[in-house]
Amino acid sequence: MYLASARTTPVEAAGGTGVTGKVPGTVVALGAVSLLTDVSAEMVTAFMPVYVLYVLQLGYVQFGLLDGLYSGATVLLRLVGGHLGDRLGKYRAVALAGYGISALSKLLFPFAGASTAAIGAVVATDRAGKGLRTAPRDALISLATPAPVLGRAFGLHRAMDTFGAMLGPLVTFLIMIQLGADPSLVFGVSFCFALVGVIVLVTFVPGPPRTAVAAPRPEIRWRDGLHLLRGKRFRGASVAATVLGFATISDAFVFVVLQKTAGVPTSLLPLLPLGTALVFLLAALPLGRVADRFGRWRMFAVGHVALLGVYALLVLGGRGIAVVCLVLLLHGLFYAATDGVLMAHGAELVPESIRASGLAILQTGQAVARLLSSVLFGVLLTFLDMRWAVLVAAVALLAALGTALVLTGRGRTGADAEVAA
Amino acid sequence: MTALARHRVAIGIAAIVLVLLGGGGFVAWTVAKRDDARASAAPPVQGGLLFVDLESYDGQVDQVALADPGGKRTPTALRCQRVYVAAGTTVCLRLAGIGPSYEAAVLDADGEVLRTVALPGTPSRARVSQSGKVVSWTTFVTGDSYSVPGGFSTRTGVLDLASGTLVESLETFRSTVGGQVMTAADINFWGVTVAQDDRTFYATMATAGRTWLMKGDLVARTMADVRQTAECPSLSPDGTKVAYKKRTSRTGPWRLAVADLRTNAETVIEGTTGIDDQATWLDGDTLAYAATNGDEKRSSIYEVRADGSTAPKVLITAAASPVPVR
Repeated sequence: MYLASARTTPVEAAGGTGVTGKVPGTVVALGAVSLLTDVSAEMVTAFMPVYVLYVLQLGYVQFGLLDGLYSGATVLLRLVGGHLGDRLGKYRAVALAGYGISALSKLLFPFAGASTAAIGAVVATDRAGKGLRTAPRDALISLATPAPVLGRAFGLHRAMDTFGAMLGPLVTFLIMIQLGADPSLVFGVSFCFALVGVIVLVTFVPGPPRTAVAAPRPEIRWRDGLHLLRGKRFRGASVAATVLGFATISDAFVFVVLQKTAGVPTSLLPLLPLGTALVFLLAALPLGRVADRFGRWRMFAVGHVALLGVYALLVLGGRGIAVVCLVLLLHGLFYAATDGVLMAHGAELVPESIRASGLAILQTGQAVARLLSSVLFGVLLTFLDMRWAVLVAAVALLAALGTALVLTGRGRTGADAEVAA
Repeated sequence: MTALARHRVAIGIAAIVLVLLGGGGFVAWTVAKRDDARASAAPPVQGGLLFVDLESYDGQVDQVALADPGGKRTPTALRCQRVYVAAGTTVCLRLAGIGPSYEAAVLDADGEVLRTVALPGTPSRARVSQSGKVVSWTTFVTGDSYSVPGGFSTRTGVLDLASGTLVESLETFRSTVGGQVMTAADINFWGVTVAQDDRTFYATMATAGRTWLMKGDLVARTMADVRQTAECPSLSPDGTKVAYKKRTSRTGPWRLAVADLRTNAETVIEGTTGIDDQATWLDGDTLAYAATNGDEKRSSIYEVRADGSTAPKVLITAAASPVPVR
């Protein structure tokens, strides 16, 4: 038996970068890296429709299909990134490779020309980098943070990350309005943001402590990650997160249904994601702190209750701007209460030696389930009215929440977590 | 400790400054090298062919003489991602702010803005009826999130300038296929073309991976199917024929086709593979459209006879959104 939370001394000493409000400097630095990288990534995401439709005059349908296919495939790269991080014992190096690949992909766009397949491949390269870096990055956050403030640390990181994601589209539109929809400018500026992110990672995030490198490490194999699932609590959390993922409809669908049921002008549609992001951004840190006291798994469940509230409002079909604000508030709170909180919870269930693999398994189950659910929801929409489709999702979510609570034992929190290793 | 490790922070900050300087320099250089020697803008003239110049990236709308498309390009005052003109009315789909937002601007013959309508997504199609009274557009709405698999939908709006009535989305109309009312939530519409009566219109409807050419009524707010697998219709000036793009296989490329609305006979025009446009009629027998062929980085405007009797020929390179001024 291995006491995962036995490590009560902060590993913060590694870089000596100081502590900000109890959140280690390393986490702030990683937050800055994510912020810059997300500005870069979301700049490109916002530019893609303009690039494909206007600059290249290509059909968006095939591109959309390819994009969906690739993003599905690269989800699995998270497992690879997690495993490599643990096996090599070099989380920063694997994360760096991921951030580097994404940065370089911005320079490949001009070579893709007007070929839909080639553009899709470049976007896939970007996604591959994201897949590779996510688990080792979250492992770095968890290893740098004292256990009692994990929720706070992940909350701060997710808030910074989301801030970058909000800035990205604004930068793209600023460039397009001031300087024209010139691909070399958008991709060039996007590359610069990503490159600064990589430099911040190398400069301000400490590598592994030298003693740890010298010490003999147990060899990590693929099956070690899978063996984690033998631990009752980790298995419970993974299965529960996956089941809940199945009942989570994608943001795009939430916004489209909301615009229609609330009867607000279609021109508001591009602004709806900003509402969710703003709430997520503001609430991630406070909810992370609450989760540290109140119980992270409980907070994760409460977050899904907020999502249930979103579905309920959509099914009831209230109209007007007030309903829109309420839905976006609940949707943002859902993310703030679940995204970083799940990782903070996971960090306590997984031993340090295979931290990245464990976090990757937890995320991948959820991400794959969400991908499948958005495909299924798309299929539902081909023969059901929107509100009926959301009702189906709401019933599924209720069932998933029940299953999750049974699987993890009602309200049990992880202050004294134990796992078999 | 090596010198590198000791000065890690200083080196990192120096590197960031270098990237910022390099990036700023790149932006300044890219903007400065542009040929900004634009002649003073001229208004659209009869017999001209307007198009969006793709060389400039800022949506510059240029004009050539239809009789001499390879001749001198005269810039207009318009900057649009998509443009259409008829009977003195211009619709210009353009960026409207860093919000991120777009708008459809409707201008009169003097270039005065009559009305602007905020758009929900990236501009795709724009039309003005022959009378200049009914304006329509299509935009692409895409998910702004990392995690949306291929998520997109379209919104098609119609604005009647005579009554001021704005239809934000054709989804609110009652649509039937084979007499059955369509209620699925994944229905999308695009590419409107309005007939001479300013009431009858044609548009594309799509659901569950299939497309239909729909015939609709702007007053009764209804649509019914005409034929399957036809997108972005364009009515001929006399209203007897409709040109559209047609998929040759389920996910294959499109080709341009023309159907006679009286006999329902369809002609698929050879050599038009690569089209992705709502074609425009230059006269009763000739069509113009934008297509991207092979390894071209930007689309070109082609001309082809509607009966398919001649091969398409390039009118203007690096251009899109052709529209004759008449």
